[in-house]
This record gives sequence, C-alpha cells and structure tokens, in this order.
Amino acid sequence: MMDSLLAPWPWYVAGPLIGLVVPLLLLLVGKSFGVSSSFRHLCSICLPGSKLDYLRSNDWRAESWNLLFAVGVIIGAGIAVFFLSSSPVELLPESYSNRRGALLLLVGGILVGFGTRYADGCTSGHSIMGMSSLNWPSLVATISFFAGGLFVVHIIL
Amino acid sequence: MKAFSALPIGIFFGIVLIKSEVASWLRVRAMFRFEEAHMYLVIASAVVVGAIAIQLIKRLGLNTIAGEPVSLKAKPFTKGTIIGGVLFGMGWAITGACPGPIFAQIGSGEWMAGVTFIGVFVGAFLYAWLKPRLPH
Repeated sequence: MMDSLLAPWPWYVAGPLIGLVVPLLLLLVGKSFGVSSSFRHLCSICLPGSKLDYLRSNDWRAESWNLLFAVGVIIGAGIAVFFLSSSPVELLPESYSNRRGALLLLVGGILVGFGTRYADGCTSGHSIMGMSSLNWPSLVATISFFAGGLFVVHIIL
Repeated sequence: MKAFSALPIGIFFGIVLIKSEVASWLRVRAMFRFEEAHMYLVIASAVVVGAIAIQLIKRLGLNTIAGEPVSLKAKPFTKGTIIGGVLFGMGWAITGACPGPIFAQIGSGEWMAGVTFIGVFVGAFLYAWLKPRLPH
C-alpha cells in the first residue's frame, strides 16, 4: 500500500481524482474549476492603478478562491515531492538548465499566459471543466491546444 | 469564508498533479509525440468523472454547501478560442506546463519554473494590453 502511494500514480487513479476536483469546487466553493484566470487576478493585484479595462474591471476579491486554490497547489506539490515520493521527481529536463532553456521557458510562458487569457481558459477550465459540462467551445479549445502543441513538437523543436 | 475551502482542494489537486507526473515536461512531450497514452487517459478519465458528477448535481438538484444553487457558466465561442488555444498549446509543449502544473512545479522546488511563471504573468498582461485590438 505504502509502496504504491510513493510510486507514480497510474492514470486510472490520477484521472478520476482530478475529475473529483470539479464537484468539490462546485459544491464546497460554488465555483467552476479553472486555474489560468489566477494570472489575470495577479495582474490586477500587482498593477492596481492600471487603466487597462481587462484588469480594472476585474473584481479579483470576488474570485479570491482562485488564488487560494493556486497556493494550495504549491503546498500540495511540495507535500507530494518531499513526503510522498520515494525517488526524486524530475519535472523539467536537464537540457533546460541553461540560458537557452530559460529563454525557452520565458517565451513558452508568455504563450501560455497570452493564449489562455485569449482563449478564456486552459486545460483545467476548458479541457476538464468545459468538456465535463459538455460545452462545445471547450472541445474546440482543447483541439486547438493540441494543434499548437503538435505543431511545436513535430515541426519546430 | 467559503473561499477558504479552495485551499485544501488545491492541496489535493497539487498532490495529484505531481504524483500522476502530469506536471512533468517529459510526459507532456511524450503525449504530443504519441509515445504513450498516460496523459490522454488521465484527461479522459478526469472528464468522464467530472461529467458524471455534473450530471448528478443537475439531476439531483444539489445546492452548494452554503445552500446556493450551483451555477454553471458556459464559456462562449470566440476567435480567441482557436487563436488563443493554439498559442497556449505551443507554450504548453515548450514549457511542459499548463497553468495548474506551473504552480505545482514551483511548489516542488523546481526553481526554473519561476521563469515560466514570470512569462505567464507577462503574457497575461500582454493580453490585457492588446485585448481592445484583438479579434474576438
């Protein structure tokens, strides 16, 4: 039991557990699952005097659950790595530990931030939450995510 | 007050993201290269469980713990759904992280993920700045 807890979890354990986040948030917090809007809130908080409508009209205090959720993910990941793993967890490849890697992460991050805000959602908000509620634009979004990813992996890098 | 329930749910999600290796660059790359089914199966089974849960909530007419009706706001379709979606997918493949896993990578002590985080912040700001000029 302990061994299988400390080893990487198979998809049929992890997937359903991720799916459970949907009803947990709906029933306990009254909110729809989604992570990327936290970056809009962070922008609104860090730039309180901004004249940009997207940041000014954003009532982040009403969506503070989103930031608490993100803090929870940071804590949970720490617990998983330091207490629930028998071997070191490799998240980013060794090949990224240099200036070129940092530049790739910066550019990739900008694409993630810009893209998720433009698409109004990410893997959580569209692929899990949106598709779970059978919302067809979320299926279009998910197909677009994969089109972008396949383009990078097969044609650019 | 109910916003605080989001903290333990986030902790739960963070643990699963690391233990399932969904926040790992190699797994994301293997998914886009069609080398393994792990990521596809994680996402698909999450959607199945989420969909069943939403149907149950609707059919049983469940309320939130605070006694309010559960509101499901459907995200509308815009040009951004496709253009933004493709751009995000490109970033996902490069960084090996979508927004949830970025926080998970930071929490696990992967300091390079801080660079991704700064990028996402800048990207979100760029969207806020360019939004009036972008097709929607």
